Amino acid sequence: MIRMENVHKAFGNNRVLQGMTLEVPRGTSTVIIGGSGTGKSVALKCVLGLIRPDSGKIYVDGKDAADTGDRDAFLARFGMLFQGGALFDSLPVWQNVAFRLLRGSLKRPVDEARAIAIEKLRRVGLKPDVADRLPAELSGGMQKRVGLARAIAAEPEIIFFDEPTTGLDPIMAGVINELIREIVTEMGATAMTITHDMTSVRAIADNVAMLHGGVIQWTGPVAQMDDSGDPYLDQFIHGRAEGPIEAVR
Amino acid sequence: MNPLDLLARLGRLVLSVMASFGRVTLFTLDAASHILRPPYYPRELGVALLNIGWLSLPVVGLTAIFTGGALALQIYAGGARFNAEAVVPQIVAIGMVRELGPVLVGLMIAARVTSSIAAEIATMKVTEQIDALVTLSTHPMKYLTAPRVLAALITVPVLVGIGDIIGIMGGYTVAVQNLGFNAAAYLQNTVDFLETRDVVSSLVKGAVFGVIAAVMGCYYGMNSGRGAQGVGRATKGSVEAAAVLILAANFVLTGVFFSI
Repeated sequence: MIRMENVHKAFGNNRVLQGMTLEVPRGTSTVIIGGSGTGKSVALKCVLGLIRPDSGKIYVDGKDAADTGDRDAFLARFGMLFQGGALFDSLPVWQNVAFRLLRGSLKRPVDEARAIAIEKLRRVGLKPDVADRLPAELSGGMQKRVGLARAIAAEPEIIFFDEPTTGLDPIMAGVINELIREIVTEMGATAMTITHDMTSVRAIADNVAMLHGGVIQWTGPVAQMDDSGDPYLDQFIHGRAEGPIEAVR
Repeated sequence: MNPLDLLARLGRLVLSVMASFGRVTLFTLDAASHILRPPYYPRELGVALLNIGWLSLPVVGLTAIFTGGALALQIYAGGARFNAEAVVPQIVAIGMVRELGPVLVGLMIAARVTSSIAAEIATMKVTEQIDALVTLSTHPMKYLTAPRVLAALITVPVLVGIGDIIGIMGGYTVAVQNLGFNAAAYLQNTVDFLETRDVVSSLVKGAVFGVIAAVMGCYYGMNSGRGAQGVGRATKGSVEAAAVLILAANFVLTGVFFSI
């Protein structure tokens, strides 16, 4: 389980998180929604330790994420799909997927790591001949799939998805949504996704949390999202220009 | 302008320069500690050795041969004013080994390697590849910085040594072919005149310049701003800083080796 308690983070005068509190139960898929620049990515990066919060606490399975002791072991529990894929340009696809399996505490023999990479590529719908290509030779949708394969390669307990469908056509977005749902279910992983794609929210989420003004404005099961009665959430999910969230024209 | 404002500005500038110096020093110490502590990444080191060392050979060789040749012509022409044309082998040797070899190789490495390292790491930063490394339990300093700094420390002194030899051979070729020097006597004069201290200073300068070039590339890359503009600024800043620091370090090292 992941618990964020009263997390604050500012960049200069820009106060991004202003007391964010959120609980993500183990084995569930929680989607954080919110406008651009509301701090969704910052929240994920705070959990991973990529950004240090100014104040507040983050717990993973009851342990303080800022005081993990063995950082490698802590990070080995996580997989992350980055918005732009963040694939390493200089490495072929299979080495990107098997990156964690080729070094560090989870190191395996090269042949075994390659076999696992090809199996994970197959799991996300890519053929083995993609394995030896460089990321720059792939389309955006294929890069997302490779990023997804890399995120699940070491079978992590917790997976983060940062804008998994941004920049994809609706059909490819649907395919990625289905893959995420299937993989999270079959691995029994805890998932945290950030997105503004409402189709994605309905496809992936067990629970939804809306981040606005640096705090969680509303949270609840996805089934209750349409009848929440929260004017902020209502405006966001229906994409209305008028409402309590100020829209810059 | 109010004198106090001027003083305040000067104070801010001094503080900013000192803070930058402190950050670069801490970064260098951090890189050194990652070079010494496992895990090691031999593949990354191999790639860095190839990129920084082997692939820099053509540009280093061409720079050195033309510089050595031009030096021979200049010394001959200048020496002729007071009947000292015969000192060409000695001055080419000392000029190349003590100063021009290390400095020109250092500056060529700053242009070729520092810019490339800064642009590559800065692009990795803006495309979240550095964050991805961290989430994959890989320390960016260990994976990106340590192999590059170690490779520069190993290869740049070798490049400087090769540059010194090629530069001397450039001078030798011009002297023998165009200026009528005896080939054997030229080489004998060169060997007789050079001291161990000259060669050691050249290689030590190479090692220091190599570390400066690699550290500046990594430092500016890791601290790059966002977008294409951020990558451009990081690349430009890294080459400027590396070139100035190499010239400053050259002055200091020349003082250390030859002021006594």
